[in-house]
Amino acid sequence: MIRYVLRRLLQLIPVFFGATFLIYTLVWAVPGDPFSGKCGQTACPQAYIDLMTQKFHLNDNLIVQYFKYLGSLLTGDWGETFNGNSVGELIGNAYPITLRLALIAVLIEAVIGLTAGVLTGLRGKGFLDNLVLVSTTFLISLPVFVTAIVLQIVLGTELGIIDTSVSDNPGFGELIVPGIALGSLSMAYIARLTRTSIAENRHADYIRTAIAKGQPRSRVVGVHLLRNSVIPVLTFLGTDLGALMGGAIVTEGVFNINGLGGLIFRGIQNRESATVTGVVVLLVLVYLLMSLIVDLLYAVLDPRIRYD
Amino acid sequence: MEWNMRRSRRLWGAAAVVTTLSLVLTACGGGSSSSGSAGEVDPNGTFTVYGTEPQNTLIPSNTNELGGSKAVDAMFAELVGFKGDNAQPFNEMAESITTPDSKVYDIKIKQGWKFHDGTEVKAKNFVDAWNYGAYAPNGQINTDFYSNIQGYSDVHPEDKNAKPATDKMSGLVVKGDYEFQVTLNAPFSVFETKIGYTAFAPLPDVFFKDPKAFADHPIGNGPMKFVSRTPNTDIKLTRFDDYKGQDKVKFKDLNIKIYASQETAYQDLLSNKLDFIETLPPSALAGSKYKTDLKDNLVTGHLLGISTIAIPYYVPGYDNLNLRKAISMAIDRTQITKTVMNDTYVPADGYISQGIPGYRPGVCEFCKFDPAQAKTLFAQSGFKGKLTIASNADGGRKEPLVAACNSIKNVLGVECDFVPATDFGQWRSIVTGHKLTGMGRSDWSADYPSIEDFLNPIYKTGASSNDSVYSNPAVDKLLEQADATADKDAAVKIYQQAEDLVAKDLPSIPVWDEKGVAAKSKHTKTVGLDFRRRADYSSVEVTK
Repeated sequence: MIRYVLRRLLQLIPVFFGATFLIYTLVWAVPGDPFSGKCGQTACPQAYIDLMTQKFHLNDNLIVQYFKYLGSLLTGDWGETFNGNSVGELIGNAYPITLRLALIAVLIEAVIGLTAGVLTGLRGKGFLDNLVLVSTTFLISLPVFVTAIVLQIVLGTELGIIDTSVSDNPGFGELIVPGIALGSLSMAYIARLTRTSIAENRHADYIRTAIAKGQPRSRVVGVHLLRNSVIPVLTFLGTDLGALMGGAIVTEGVFNINGLGGLIFRGIQNRESATVTGVVVLLVLVYLLMSLIVDLLYAVLDPRIRYD
Repeated sequence: MEWNMRRSRRLWGAAAVVTTLSLVLTACGGGSSSSGSAGEVDPNGTFTVYGTEPQNTLIPSNTNELGGSKAVDAMFAELVGFKGDNAQPFNEMAESITTPDSKVYDIKIKQGWKFHDGTEVKAKNFVDAWNYGAYAPNGQINTDFYSNIQGYSDVHPEDKNAKPATDKMSGLVVKGDYEFQVTLNAPFSVFETKIGYTAFAPLPDVFFKDPKAFADHPIGNGPMKFVSRTPNTDIKLTRFDDYKGQDKVKFKDLNIKIYASQETAYQDLLSNKLDFIETLPPSALAGSKYKTDLKDNLVTGHLLGISTIAIPYYVPGYDNLNLRKAISMAIDRTQITKTVMNDTYVPADGYISQGIPGYRPGVCEFCKFDPAQAKTLFAQSGFKGKLTIASNADGGRKEPLVAACNSIKNVLGVECDFVPATDFGQWRSIVTGHKLTGMGRSDWSADYPSIEDFLNPIYKTGASSNDSVYSNPAVDKLLEQADATADKDAAVKIYQQAEDLVAKDLPSIPVWDEKGVAAKSKHTKTVGLDFRRRADYSSVEVTK
């Protein structure tokens, strides 16, 4: 087990280099001059362009630029944005907020999605099943920004129950509605995934055996059925947490949450390799760690899975 | 979301907060302010405005867009300020500005003004700041503004590989603690107005010790002082009680709240979480929804700017006067400003914004909608092929141009397409690289309120924003002559002659002139919109 974890952790190193290099190349390859739009309707003064070019090593070739970036990254310097903010500080400010938002979204997905899935999966066809089917179809068909804006306008502007945007450093309470908007889509998927999984496993041999052994229903469902049915759901949740950390651009924009999504969006817009690469590196690491945790959880849930 | 902060440096570039107390009163009746909320005025209240992340460091010589200037202009006061709907210049920090020949200016400054760190503002603070901004290795964005001061080429050589011979311009001489002299390369009568622009603010001695640290915590001489800044979140300022200028603020704290989306800011404004937004999102403009949303909280002003469609001379087939006239007369400006732009713009009829001294109605005789004449001229032009209008498409830029294209198509029976660019940066790189393949949007907003600022930077041969690559020696000559004319009224007359020539050549087609529509919260009793699309802080009154 420990050897397995170590091996997985070691794998992070080549992935780290590969991902940073790829992202750096991609940002670098975005066409256009980063300073062309900086001076409004006039061309930027040459002295300004020269200074910035030199400061951000834009004249060097890609490889040299990348290694210079990597060099400073290894000394803990995440670089600077064009307007002189430290990228490390920006990420430091944004990361906890995004993490909070993503956790809330995943929590909402897990609790509501799993409950709906288990209930409908166990009961089979009926009113509840239809209700969940219709509402999840509805949620899946709505793009996140529609959900977010509707929630914002109805609950915020019209009813005044919530604030239309969150504060500078939002706590968990403020992030519940944005979390619902963010998690709504995945919540619907989880409900369906769970329902299918439960419905399938309900007729599996080991369930029949468990019932035949005379075990109480709660134990059959709670231990045997749920534990085995939850594996695909867990995979989904794990990767979703990773995806939510970076994919919250729209929701963050609507509720003015100062998170990683907005940071990466602005970075791409301004062609700031340092910001984009910094955030993406972080996201890649989170993704890898999440998938490692999910893999380890498999072993806990399913005794047939062993890592040696 | 980005358009309003990147759209144009000219939009935001400008001088300090300027309106005087007395003027606030007149402005209330002048349409630039809006009032209507009840409640007691709170002199210690907080005013929260919509903001965008500054594009550069918060130093006057390096700030030229709205996001940064909202903070910088409140923190700094220049020699000259502008007040009122027409942005009349007045002496702010200057005691007197005298010149015998519009070439050598003797400037005396008021005594007893302080920077926020308690040091006194002296003549050398101006001279040092201007030298810093001009010095090439400092790479300041606003460096061009100093270019007509004598000795600029020594500190900022044309050749990018050349080393500057010195870091001080010979045209700037400190004559005492409160007096300095400026010598220009050539006579320039608008200089007295131009020094109201942000770039001409003084900098305290502490700046020169560590500019980088200063940018993180700027110290100015303006009505408000810096408190804190969290990138992508907010910039906080507070009233500077020792401020000596006329444009003191009547509230205590200014919170510039940074938004990723204008739509969200607008929703915040409607629920009174935000006090002011200087521009309305496209969704609010659609169908004039803003009028019912805002009612009394609508703030209107007049921005000093002009929207034109440039017709580049370098595009094959476009160097054709009849074609230019035909296109111009085929655009139904009245209809488009009313239906597509929902009354937030008015039709343009010249190259100078309405409200600028020297503006005359109807200068552009080919700017009237005249389908019959347009058709005749188009037939005479012999143009074959397709017309295009290019621009960045975000922030409501696309819709009016598509409408203009349709108007041209309907009248002339020629194909016309809107060509979108991905963003403002890409758009400007096409224009400045002279890679347009058709017409292009060319908007301009004044840095300082002068007819000169609408001509020299755009229509002079080789000028920095000459998007059409227009060159007419007669225009160049008139502009030079006007620059050198000491008498202001006489100068305006010569600038007008230059405008007349431009209007005959139609290097770009004037289309509309933006009114400026902003919104305030119900907690805000009064607020004006200045000519650079910002809240006029000195006019702001918030209620308890």
